[in-house]
This record gives sequence, structure tokens and C-alpha cells, in this order.
Amino acid sequence: MEQALNVTMTVNGAQVTRSIPARQHLVDFLRDELGLTGSHIGCEHGVCGACTLRVNGEIVRGCLMLAVQADGCRVDTIEGLSDSKELEKLQKAFHEKNALQCGFCTPGMLMAAQDLIRSKKKATREEIRAHISGNYCRCTGYQAIVDAIEEAING
Amino acid sequence: MGKAELPLHAPGTQVDKGYIGQSVPRPNAQRLLQGRGAFTDDLRFPRLAHVAFFRSPYAHARIRKLSFENAVKSPGVIAVFDGPKVAEYCSPWVAVLAHLKGIKSPPQYAIAVDRACWQGEACAAVVAESRSQAEDAVQLIEAQWEELPVVVDMEESLRGDVVIHQDLKDNVCFKREHDTGGVDEVFASADVVVEETFHFGRHTGVCPEGRAIVADYNAAEHSLTVYHATQAPHMMQDIFSRHLNIPEANVRVIAKDIGGSYGIKVHVYADEMATAAISVILRRPVKFVADRLESFLSDIHAREHRARVRLACSKAGEILAFDLDDLTAIGPYSVYPRTSGIEGNQVVNLTGGPYKHQKYKARMHVVFTNKNVTCQYRAVGHPIAVALTEGIVDLAAQKLGMDPAEFRKINLVPDDAYPYTFPSGIKFEKLSHHKALDLLLRTMNYSQLRAEQSRLRNQKVYRGIGLAAMIEVTNPSPAFYGVGGARISAQDGATLRFEPTGMVTVMCSVTEQGQGTEGIFAQIAASAVGVSMDKVRVITGDTGVTPYGGGTWASRGAGIGGEAVLLAGRALRTNMLDVAAQILKLDKAELDIKDNNVINRLTSEPKLQLQELGRVAYFRPDTLPLDFQSELTVTRHYTPRQYGFTFTNGIQASLVEVDPDTGFVKLLKHWCVEDSGTVINPMLVDEQIRGGVVQGIGAALYEECLYGPDGQLLNGNMADYLVPMSGEMPDIVCAHIETPTLQSQLGAKGVGEAGTAGAPAAVMNAINDALAPLNARVTRMPFTPERILKALGKV
Repeated sequence: MEQALNVTMTVNGAQVTRSIPARQHLVDFLRDELGLTGSHIGCEHGVCGACTLRVNGEIVRGCLMLAVQADGCRVDTIEGLSDSKELEKLQKAFHEKNALQCGFCTPGMLMAAQDLIRSKKKATREEIRAHISGNYCRCTGYQAIVDAIEEAING
Repeated sequence: MGKAELPLHAPGTQVDKGYIGQSVPRPNAQRLLQGRGAFTDDLRFPRLAHVAFFRSPYAHARIRKLSFENAVKSPGVIAVFDGPKVAEYCSPWVAVLAHLKGIKSPPQYAIAVDRACWQGEACAAVVAESRSQAEDAVQLIEAQWEELPVVVDMEESLRGDVVIHQDLKDNVCFKREHDTGGVDEVFASADVVVEETFHFGRHTGVCPEGRAIVADYNAAEHSLTVYHATQAPHMMQDIFSRHLNIPEANVRVIAKDIGGSYGIKVHVYADEMATAAISVILRRPVKFVADRLESFLSDIHAREHRARVRLACSKAGEILAFDLDDLTAIGPYSVYPRTSGIEGNQVVNLTGGPYKHQKYKARMHVVFTNKNVTCQYRAVGHPIAVALTEGIVDLAAQKLGMDPAEFRKINLVPDDAYPYTFPSGIKFEKLSHHKALDLLLRTMNYSQLRAEQSRLRNQKVYRGIGLAAMIEVTNPSPAFYGVGGARISAQDGATLRFEPTGMVTVMCSVTEQGQGTEGIFAQIAASAVGVSMDKVRVITGDTGVTPYGGGTWASRGAGIGGEAVLLAGRALRTNMLDVAAQILKLDKAELDIKDNNVINRLTSEPKLQLQELGRVAYFRPDTLPLDFQSELTVTRHYTPRQYGFTFTNGIQASLVEVDPDTGFVKLLKHWCVEDSGTVINPMLVDEQIRGGVVQGIGAALYEECLYGPDGQLLNGNMADYLVPMSGEMPDIVCAHIETPTLQSQLGAKGVGEAGTAGAPAAVMNAINDALAPLNARVTRMPFTPERILKALGKV
């Protein structure tokens, strides 16, 4: 039998309490239990970055963290950061520079980019490329993504 | 040649192209930026069941017995099915086409019956309340196998010591020979002959989103609705209809947001057919999403060629002839319905393509192996043909002591030679090789880079510059698939509906995979009708809604779908003017539509707002003459037919630095000049080219599906199979020549595959240029540090 634990966490500012199977990953919990499907599942082994989330202010791979490990944590997803307008500047730059095609990697890419923006005032193209180097995009060739982040961070 | 002349409206006359040619952001990107897209796995259904597959652990084995006894008792399990059970509901298929003479392949079943022919082939399906429960139960299936001899190497397959499918007598799926005559004579008497054998690693698409399908059978209606991450909804509607025996009109295929396709999602996959069949059996919605590990095992792979190419030229540097011998392995089945013979066929069609030699001989074999299947993936055959051509061209230039750019200048087909028939038989409407080469050399500052390269060599810094000229298949006519009997549409349609509020709804059969088709359709529709872009809404990817059409493949979306939208937009505008003429009691010839208004054609004076036109047409037609009926929904279709394909051309350059101590290649910069005809949205085109280039760089440097001698995939995960990430990729400079096709009013050719077609050759030539002073050369992609060190004799 699957072992379940009672867990309480704050997701996009709202407190949720659920009985969660111990083996369920955080991104599966968000998608399947809470219907927050903006965090995508790309590889389920921590390489592609499509499931990048923010837990207690740090970005994590939603496929490498168990949901029960988020007990007591604050979890922010693309939906929450869109509604709070925290990502507005980045999203505008991504849109204007066409820094996305299929959009599957985009939520994770934005979470990683915003992490850089929160930690630095300015960044070179090389620093930007290094910071998003754990986020796989197959469509764009990355250049427009780097352009957009550069604009958002350096103005 | 300047931009296409696309007079859309009287005011401004000849130069008014509306939004066409402008870098407008895509309206549909907004939802994706907020994580509010609708990818297939995001959709929610009542009574949804999940399927997971029991896949063969062996590359070739007879299924002696499958025992489901423990699996069916596992928590949450609804049912477990084997091949024969699913075959009662889904008939097998054979992927051959009449115009690929002699192509053969055995019947393929949705779930393997009797025998598994590659590691990863689905041999049973478990359906459960959740995916994790289904996966738990898969572990409880007990199988008895009888291992069969495995054919992994393609040369061994061609020899045929072990035949994979006994009924087919040998392992040759397809072969083609082509000869203009006189080739052997040219080689015997030529001043210079160069020869090289190139190897191309098998790789795969690695779509960010795995293949995904939700099949929802309604027993009361005997109808099937399939939410499917597919590039070709109408093709799949036909396939589900025929193989599940459901009337075509009862099958609806809906492709919502799709997380990357690149050709991976245009084929029939056995596990997806099984999912649809299981929905019919269980009479409820069933979902399958390929996880990353099964994507590597079951998404189509591509390439895997060994090709020997020879080139003959004169002392003066004139190319006289090409001679090609290509061998490619496709796994155990030709993939339905496009077949796996097309890539090799394209290599024969395209090798040598940019050059003006008249003699050409080619031999090509497609063979079966016990690895995952291969089929059409972005730029089908082009990366092979371009690398063979440009690799051997560079070798010839080196042997002659000529600069590679100069050698190309001598041999590229002249810009005034069109229409032109290439010795392989393909026809070019109008290309611009010389303009493209000149623009490339100027853009990259070629002579300065050569000087810098030479200076750095003295400091033992090994930089290389690689060029790759190319031709590309776009806007295919029915000659690609239809003539061979495939029920794949080469025509597409667009319906435009004028809404009462002055908005325009566009419904088009070409799908959106992220490349921006919906964005450019909005640009074209707005421009053709005379409304602003915010008034246009585009719907694609639903067989229940859009006109019939082929979908997205072979760089056809803009050139074919875009033309249908343009024709429909013009027809709608004239119908709207008919209504306006009645309301205003003016001559239609005096009127035009611009900026959401009916205006006076000559003075541009606004006469009628479009929402007023809509109000009268839809709600007060009683005020219009009795003999007048407004027609504010129009549909137009388009099929390219004058040429088999609307060829485009381009040229790329790569600048690399090779570290001879580590074998690492640093990509410093990349350039691409492309002539894709009328450019509808430069920003979208450039980023699509860049994405394609990076995909080609992946093939050149990182990506290879490695198999052991027992047919086991050794690196089927993203930690071991390397893809290009942002850190290693260069900035890519794009520039354009615009030679519109005269076959359509829009003049757009395709562009989606250009980057992928040329990048591997450019990178290969750059690496070999860097290694030239060290007397080393690489010819086996991907060019890993180990292979480069081997070429240098260091390992």
C-alpha cells in the first residue's frame, strides 16, 4: 500500500493541506492534485528544467523533490508569479523578442531567469547563458531568450 | 530581388503590405508565458484511465508467454491487454508508398504480436486509475522470451547473413539507383578526384513535451475524439478511422498546444494506436504520455547513414561529377504512413544540389536492423546530403589549394540559370546562391576572419571557418506523398469568418507547433481584410472545425497555409465590400477597407465602421435589398502544383576553435543567409532559423543514440544523451535574400528546416579547417572530443 502523509504548504500564497502519497513528486502534486499545470514535466530526472519551481525562495526541480518535503514550505509556481506580476517585465521581454516557440520550457525558463534577476543587478550574456544552462529549449536556439533576459535585467 | 509586391489595398497602392514583413509579436505566446497553455497532459477528463506499456527488454525475441495474473490484481488496475487482443480492434499497417519502387516492410501491430523486434517495443498495455498504478503493475507482468539473433550493424544487415523478417527474404527495405550516364568516364579522365566516407550518428528529436494522446471513445455515437500532440490532425483522423473501423466523420482529432515536434509528432506510433484502441475497448477516455525514457526508446530516431562520396573536378576548379553510395538503417519497420525510405531518397535527390555539374551517379540502400525505428525528422535527408556535398567540396578545394569560398563561387548554379533541372531530376524555380554567398561573406567579414585565423595559427590557436551551401525542399506538392498512395494532404484550407463586432476568425488546417503559424496567419488575415491584428483570432488543430489539410511538415505552413489565408482574406474583403456598397448605396469600386473601416478608395475618407457593417449584415439584413444576401464566411484552399517542391537556398558559416589537447570544440559564432521568399515576420523567421541551427549543432557535436552489440540503447536518458544547452551555444547572425515564389500570391517559401539542414556541414567543415594544419580530419558525427583526439592521434 502507498503510504500517505498529511502535509500543509503555502502554494502561491494560499495554504493547502492534503494527504499526499510519500512517493509523489512535488510537480506531480501541483499538476494532478492542485491543477496547476503550468509547471511542465519534461524529463523526470532533473536535467531539462521544465518543472523549475520556487520553494522558500530558491528554485528547485519539481521532479526531484517529493511533495511531502514541501511540508511547511512556501511554493511559488508560474501561475502565482504571473498573477502577482512579479514576472511581468520578463514576460513582456520574452513576448516582444519571441523568446519562446512551443512554450513548453518557458515557465521553467522564466523561473530560472527570475532567480538571476533577484540575485544580481546586472548580468553579462555569458552569465545569463550560464544561469539558464540547466533549462533545455529545443525551439529557439537560446539567443532570443538571452536577449530577453538581458533586457529585463539590464533595462 | 526586392520584397514581394503584395498590393493589398488601394491606398498606398503597390507598397501597402499591411503587417506582412513586420516583426510583430505572436498573440498566442501570452498564454504560454503564464503557464496557461493547454498541452495534452494538462487536459482533465472524467473517468480518465491511464495506460503504461510493458516494453520488450530484448532487441529481438519471440514472446513465448505473457502472464498478467499478478498485474491485474495490482491496486488501481482496470485491464491488461496483449497484442492479439488489441489487434481485434486495431488493424495492422504496412508502410510502403507506390512511388518508392520496391519498398517493403512487414505488417506492424499496435502491440507486438508473437515477436518483439526492438528493445522498447510495446508488448502489453496496463490500464489503471493512475499512471503510477499502471507503471507499478507493468513491473508485475511475467514474460517468457526466446531470444532471436540480433542485427545491429547496417553493413551486416545489408550482407543479410541474418534476416530479420523471414517473409521478406532479405533485410533491404528499399534501394534506389540513379545515373545520368557518363559518370565513370568523367572520373577516369578528371584532373582531380577526391573521395571520402562519412558517418552520421543516429539521433532523435528530444521534444521537450513527450508524445501525448488522450483518446475518448463515445460508444453511443460510435465516435472517437482524440486530443493528440500531432502535427497532422487530418492525417491522424484518416488513420484512426481506417484502422479502428470508425467512420471518418465520427473521428475528431484535436491538437491543442504542442511542446515541440520537429517531425517527431507526424508519424503513427504503435503505442498511440493502442491507446485509441483501448479507449474503444473500455469505452472511456484513456491517456498515454511517453515519459523521457520511453521517448528515447520509441520516438522515431533519424539519420544513421554511412556514405561514400566522390567528386571529380578540373584543375581550374570546375566540378564535373558526383558519385554517391549511401547506406542507412531504419530499425525493424518502415514507419507508417510516410515510410522510412524518404530520408535516403532525399539524400540521393539533394547531394551536390547547389552546384552546376551535369554528371551524377548514386546508389542507396535502406536496411532493417533491430534498433528503434527511424523516420522523417526535421530537415529529412538534408543534413546528410549537405554534409556529404560540402565536406567533399571542401576536400576538393583543399586539394586544389583554392579558398573554399572561391571554389564555391566557381561552381554554384548561376543566379540567372533558372528554371533549372538538377542532374538528380529535381527542378528549381528560382534560387539565389551567388547573392547568398556574397551576402554571407560580407556579413561575416570573411577575409578579415581568414587573416585573423592565420595570425592565431602562429600562436597555436586553431580556429576554423566552415561554409555550407544548401538547397532545401519546401512547400511540397502531392508529388511527395499523395502520388505514392498516402492519404496525406498536400493542400490546405483557410476559413475566414467576419464577426458582428468587426472581428475576423481564421480557421486553418495548418497547425501551430510554436513556430508561429497562428501569428503569421493573423498578420496575413489582418492585412488582406483590412483590420488591425487585435481584431483577428486564429483557430488551428481541430478536424471538427478547420478546413481539410496536411498540417505542419516539410516547411509548408507559411507557403501553403499562408497562401490559403491570403486568398480567403481577399475574398472576404470583397464580400464585405459588397455589403458596404449596399448599406452605403455606393459603387463597390469606390470603396476599400482599411484600419477597421470601410473607406473611400481614392480619398481614404472613412465611410462605415466594420462593426456597423456587421450589425447590419447579421441583425438587420431586412434593411438590405431582397435580392442581396451577404456572405461573410469564406473558405479558400491552395495546393502547390507547378513544381514538385518549391526549393529554397541558403548558406551557413561556422567559426570554431578546437583545443588540440582536449579535443573540445568551442563555437564562436554562426551565420546563416537564407532565401525563403517573402518573409512574413522576420523575428519569427530568424528565431526559427536559430533554433534549427542549434538542432544541427547538436547533431554535429553531441547527439547520438548509442547501441550495444545486443541492440540495447546505452544512453537513453537526458543525462547521457547530450543536447545543446545555452552555455555552449554561439550567437547566430541571420540575413535574408528574398526571392518570392511566383507560384503563389504571397510568395513565401518554407524556412523551418533550413538551420538544421546546413549547420552540421558548416560545423564539420570548420572543425576540419581548424585541424588542417595538424593534418587531422574528422568524418564521423557527432564530433566528440574523443573522436577529435583520435583523429589527432592522441588517444
